[in-house]
Amino acid sequence: MSFKIASSPHNRISRSTSQLMLLVVLACLPGIIVQALLFGYGVLVQLVLAIATAWAAEALIMRLRAKPVLPRLKDHSALLTGVLLAVAIPPYAPWWLIIIGTGFAIIIVKQLYGGLGNNLFNPAMAAYVMLLISFPLQMTQWLPSASLQPEALTLLDAVCTVFSQYSCSGFSVSQLQTGIDGISMATPLDTLRTDLAAGRTLTESLQQPVFYGFAGAGWLWVNLAYLAGGLVLLKLQVIGWRIPLAVLGTLFGLSLLSWLAAADTNPSPLFQLFSGATMLAAFFIATDPVSASTTNQGRILYGMLIGLMIFIIRKYGGYPDGVAFAVLLANMAVPLIDYYTRPRTYGHQAKGAGK
Amino acid sequence: MSDNPNSMRELTVQGLWRNNPGLVQLLGLCPLLAVTGTVTNALGLGLATLLVLLGSNIVVSMVRKLVPSEIRIPVFVLIIASFVTVIQLLMNAFTFGLYQSLGIFIPLIVTNCAIIGRAEAFASKNAVLPAAIDALMMGLGFMLVLLALGAMREILGQGTLFDGADLLLGPWAAVLRIELFALDTQFLLAMLPPGAFIGMGLLIALKNVIDARLQQRQSAAAGITRARVTGAAQ
Repeated sequence: MSFKIASSPHNRISRSTSQLMLLVVLACLPGIIVQALLFGYGVLVQLVLAIATAWAAEALIMRLRAKPVLPRLKDHSALLTGVLLAVAIPPYAPWWLIIIGTGFAIIIVKQLYGGLGNNLFNPAMAAYVMLLISFPLQMTQWLPSASLQPEALTLLDAVCTVFSQYSCSGFSVSQLQTGIDGISMATPLDTLRTDLAAGRTLTESLQQPVFYGFAGAGWLWVNLAYLAGGLVLLKLQVIGWRIPLAVLGTLFGLSLLSWLAAADTNPSPLFQLFSGATMLAAFFIATDPVSASTTNQGRILYGMLIGLMIFIIRKYGGYPDGVAFAVLLANMAVPLIDYYTRPRTYGHQAKGAGK
Repeated sequence: MSDNPNSMRELTVQGLWRNNPGLVQLLGLCPLLAVTGTVTNALGLGLATLLVLLGSNIVVSMVRKLVPSEIRIPVFVLIIASFVTVIQLLMNAFTFGLYQSLGIFIPLIVTNCAIIGRAEAFASKNAVLPAAIDALMMGLGFMLVLLALGAMREILGQGTLFDGADLLLGPWAAVLRIELFALDTQFLLAMLPPGAFIGMGLLIALKNVIDARLQQRQSAAAGITRARVTGAAQ
């Protein structure tokens, strides 16, 4: 009887980086489609701009570094960065916003650190934070979901709005943001935050139309779609279960505790899971193989840290959603986590020995 | 290239480029990053630092034989602090607007390592004239970096140059303000500290690229001389 001797990694499915990245992009599609249907076609325009910028920036840097351009473009990592940033920013943000953001993500956050595999921070999230602190107004221009929008926006309108900040029929973004009753609408998380700060209880706040009774009109479906995409990725073993489970579990556990302690001033755990960018973060952003922790134990710690940060920033922080900040903070902790969770090599360093 | 390290030319090259306090020694980064939001602020702090450096280098060089080496650092700090106080009072009197906008960073010139560094490394070992030239060149080098970073951040952040120059140079300087382009929304990152760090990193990278190019050219030239194997000079 002979044993097959193979060197590590003992990975039975061998996929190239390019295939992995492409699968992640494809798994984003349900989320993107739901987002486009429920929040308007702006996200499609942003996607086109983001992908074009990402490729252009990647090609430019590869030319500067005198390296072959095509193989880098074909690994689809720039594409993924562009897609993640495009779905994260408000769909009707001005065109230059996504171009500055994607350029920053690729050139500064990824390539200046040495390109794919060397970046310390998640490029899309670092760019998101950069945009958020540079252009706070434009980055919070979320429109209510299509069912609450007073004017139905066509694809052409989306293009007009992104490029001129006025729809083809002449409505400005702030007019579009306003609901039928003339009250400007923010995202559910933002509305809840403002309401709780104003002393209203959770039940009172949830009466507002933007919540649609639960996690927010549209937002629930977007999160469900990203959850579905994420589960497919899990099934295909493109991503591991540890990071998403740790992120969602920690967020769920903490919000359950706070909700049980004070149900009137804390959103329910399910609200936390299905609002904002939770699912996108747990399955698509936190699992970035480059900037996440690389050990099994470390991945759980890393995910828990992200969950904790999301909860803290949503509850106490100055911004309504904290996914991007949470991911960046956890990215910073990754070298430390990796150092302390290095797995023991078989046959070396028995427990309690050494050190 | 001159062999004498104290020659005018060598001091100039060292101060402005090869040993630039901002880009190479990375000294005095705190004011460098904090006040370069506009060219005016950068120029103001650059001038103040230059004057303090000049004064302190001259005085330190004059007293270098009188100060026992055990207590030289406190003495240097005292000398620098007195010059900073003079500059601070002068700025308070004549450029009050700029004095207010630079705030704490004027007294903090005392702690600028570039100044104590030059006092310790150069002025305390050299005669007055080279010490003065060194101070002038180092101060200019620092100021140029401040100006470059300030210009970069001001253009990116608000699309202008020399905004508020009248605070430093008097009312006539209001005409210096150049509006390159009008922005609906300011690019806040360029004005915030992270922008300063990124801008500084890019400036250092630019300097390194230029140096690498120069070295490449030089070694290419040197390659030709090396080809003449025997009987060649050198």
